[in-house]
Amino acid sequence: MSEVLDYIEMKLPAKAEYVGVVRLTISGLASRLGYSYDAIEDLKIAVAEAATNVVEHAYKDTVGLMGIGCRVFRDKMEIIVSDNGQSFNFEDLQKDIGPVNPNKPVQDLKEGGLGLFLMESLTDKVEIKQESGVVIKMTKFLERDEVEQHVDGIRSTNAQHQ
Amino acid sequence: MDLYLETLKEPTKWILKVSGEIDAYTAPQLKNKLIPLISENDREVQVDLSDVQYIDSTGLGVFIGALKIANEKGATYKLVGLQKRVKRLFSITGLDEVIDIDEEKREEAK
Repeated sequence: MSEVLDYIEMKLPAKAEYVGVVRLTISGLASRLGYSYDAIEDLKIAVAEAATNVVEHAYKDTVGLMGIGCRVFRDKMEIIVSDNGQSFNFEDLQKDIGPVNPNKPVQDLKEGGLGLFLMESLTDKVEIKQESGVVIKMTKFLERDEVEQHVDGIRSTNAQHQ
Repeated sequence: MDLYLETLKEPTKWILKVSGEIDAYTAPQLKNKLIPLISENDREVQVDLSDVQYIDSTGLGVFIGALKIANEKGATYKLVGLQKRVKRLFSITGLDEVIDIDEEKREEAK
């Protein structure tokens, strides 16, 4: 296993106006770590999707906090987005993951539900845990040639080369 | 991290010019502007995204909602001028199959 070189953590109010702050912070961090332009753009969307989930679902009546943790490794970064909400509907999050089905009638298309699909498409690995709240961990490798790239985000080869 | 919206009426269609970033915070502004525009019978709306640098699922959701309303009302809308990154998100999600997207940059209309 590779060792964690740095750990960065933020806590922000779980409000929509702070999703952009999270996005730009991750962008700055990924840029500093040497990620490519496209990888940075992917990470911005993936982390925004996770943060938006917290903002929209985690807290019903009160404004809680969203926690963003970044574990920096030599060859990858892990981004952990968490809430302490009680009412996050974990089942809903996992329902109907996938792209839009063009054969479905337009009226049956869902306005939500693309978030998790995008996280999986734009990072190399997504893990979701439900503890006291929901924790989403996304992994993005620094050197993409170590990993076979799949549009559906499933990592098929072992990325640990050493 | 802001969004600017401008509506232009042309002889045969309406144009909604969107500039900035579409995310959880700004998507409601887009929705409030776009939905009334396409809620008229037979209305044709062109949404110019050439100055949009960022969009995520919240923005895609607005366009899905708009598509439903447009279908109900017999209105049509088309997205034009998408930047590469923005276009990519519509492709990954399969939305480019259901939403009318004009690949060409809207040079002639300016």
